[in-house]
Amino acid sequence: MKILVCISNVPDTTTKIKLSADGKTIDTAGIQWVINPWDELSLTRALELKDDPAAGVTLVTVAHVGTSSSEPTIRKALAIGADDAIRVNAEPADAYFVAAQIAAVLEKEKYDIILCGIESSDYNGSLTGGIIAEFLGIPSVSSVSSLRIENGKPVIVREIDGGKETLTLPVPFVAVVQKGIAKEPRIASMRGIMTARTKQIRVYEPVAVNPLTEIVMYEKPAPRAACKFISPDNPAELIHLLQNEAKVI
Amino acid sequence: MSVLVYTENWDGKFKKLSFELVSYSAAIAEMINTGVVALTIGQVEDEELKKLGNYGAKKVICVTGDSLKYLDNKIYTSIIAGIAEKENSKVIVFSNNNSGKAIAPGVAVRLKAGVAAAVNALPSSVEPFTIRKKVYSGNAFAHTVIKSEIKVLSLLQNSYDIKETANNAEIERVAWNVEPGMVKTEVLDVQKQTGKVLLTDAEIVVSGGRGMKSPDNWGPLVELAELLGGATACSRPVSDEGWRPHEEHTGQTGKIIAPNLYIAVGISGATQHLAGISSSKYIVAINIDKDAPIFEAAQYGIVGDAMKVLPKLVEAVRELKK
Ligand SMILES: Cc1cc2nc3c(=O)[nH]c(=O)nc-3n(C[C@H](O)[C@H](O)[C@H](O)COP(=O)(O)OP(=O)(O)OC[C@H]3O[C@@H](n4cnc5c(N)ncnc54)[C@H](O)[C@@H]3O)c2cc1C
Repeated sequence: MKILVCISNVPDTTTKIKLSADGKTIDTAGIQWVINPWDELSLTRALELKDDPAAGVTLVTVAHVGTSSSEPTIRKALAIGADDAIRVNAEPADAYFVAAQIAAVLEKEKYDIILCGIESSDYNGSLTGGIIAEFLGIPSVSSVSSLRIENGKPVIVREIDGGKETLTLPVPFVAVVQKGIAKEPRIASMRGIMTARTKQIRVYEPVAVNPLTEIVMYEKPAPRAACKFISPDNPAELIHLLQNEAKVI
Repeated sequence: MSVLVYTENWDGKFKKLSFELVSYSAAIAEMINTGVVALTIGQVEDEELKKLGNYGAKKVICVTGDSLKYLDNKIYTSIIAGIAEKENSKVIVFSNNNSGKAIAPGVAVRLKAGVAAAVNALPSSVEPFTIRKKVYSGNAFAHTVIKSEIKVLSLLQNSYDIKETANNAEIERVAWNVEPGMVKTEVLDVQKQTGKVLLTDAEIVVSGGRGMKSPDNWGPLVELAELLGGATACSRPVSDEGWRPHEEHTGQTGKIIAPNLYIAVGISGATQHLAGISSSKYIVAINIDKDAPIFEAAQYGIVGDAMKVLPKLVEAVRELKK
């Protein structure tokens, strides 16, 4: 079984987002770029499956749509343990564009399980995985919090409102993963970092696709009113304010 | 022409979320001079379907069939895309919840539609179609233009005010035949939490962090939530430690919620935690450290020891309920 893990290159999750003066772009000065947290977890899970001989996973590849400037993020994924990588050489314009690129690669290279994160922490779209599946005409499952392979059969847990469902489906499929898929992201070892340098990144040129959306302006949320402090000796005052001022209880 | 809204039902019932979606879709329909068609999949009684009319749906379509018990992304996608084509829908609205995230992308591809996910406002313009969406986990918003003829939107929960309008919706029932072998996902087991207010539905949430010190200290926090008719939540380290169940983990990598009131007890207010709660209408912080970042996000705060403050709050709410 071969697994493809789609990775997105995003600002570190502690980044304080600043806008450019005209509000048309994000000010990227000083931003630390990392693997999208959910993608890091899905990579971790893919590698755990590969480590388990019973799962029968023979290859874990990471795929990324981005220019050469995001190669450090790909190298990091290789250092964590991915066997090789695919990069589609294009600015990731929107989810539709990115998914079309990955789908085009998957027409040429066959994988059994395609993993995508439930969202990227920058555009919060939750779209790429579902769009890839639809382009390829293969099934997808979203909100996946567990993935096992039992006797060659994928067993998946999907989160639903107020519960979970355990299900199976035939390969190939796209699993859109969320919290729970792996406990902690795997960290690159020294040896991993050394060998990552020699691992292959296959670069594809993009297929022609017109993005369907465009961001024209950014905005910061309005600052909240300053915090009103209430004495710890008189919490009844808080309840009074919540009832009569905020009117939420 | 129409605006199509996918209103999921839970065992044949709608929720506040469904009414919010229909109200929102009705406002968009008005902007483009058309009406709202609501679509639900699975068995729902007439009386329940009629409710959607009260929020502006002109027509409610209820699709039923043998193989539709569980969500199969492909099957649901074909149903929704099929109905959208039949109803000549120009805008299709989903919730940004589990099922919306699962189905909206496929529907968009079928209809060659651009998607704006996690939107939290009405379009600021319909030509070009420009709409505000959440980016950077709520640290910014992006005004996004959708260039395709058909548009797909997914609405963040609790971001639009529900509007009731007396309106009698026409009900249409559609039987959907799924060809054998088309259903790819085979559900083996279902586990459902019962009897508790769901965190994602709750209007009031009381949440505990590492400052609660030990899993044994949760008694008054749970009691406060129960007295207020709310749900309990926690920060990530708390669920990682196994002090509280994973379903309660809120934040960037956990559940993203937007209750009317979020009470954060012993939570420092890390960016990743705020990413999951910053859309709450009101945030209350109880923390022993007056410089904790959570106070920057909160409208009301108490600087104090949670162990001392919580019992007093419980007492005060009990007084109120008397
Ligand atoms: C990629 C990534 C994703 C993450 N995702 C999430 C996420 O989804 N959700 C999340 O919550 N975190 C997430 N985190 C972790 C996050 O960075 C913080 O570490 C975490 O939110 C801290 O949890 P806390 O506030 O409970 O604990 P702490 O930061 O340890 O804060 C405890 C607070 O309790 C206060 N306190 C101590 N004693 C008392 C007392 N007696 N009474 C009152 N207050 C007291 C302290 O002053 C302190 O402010 C993520 C981190 C990363 C790197």
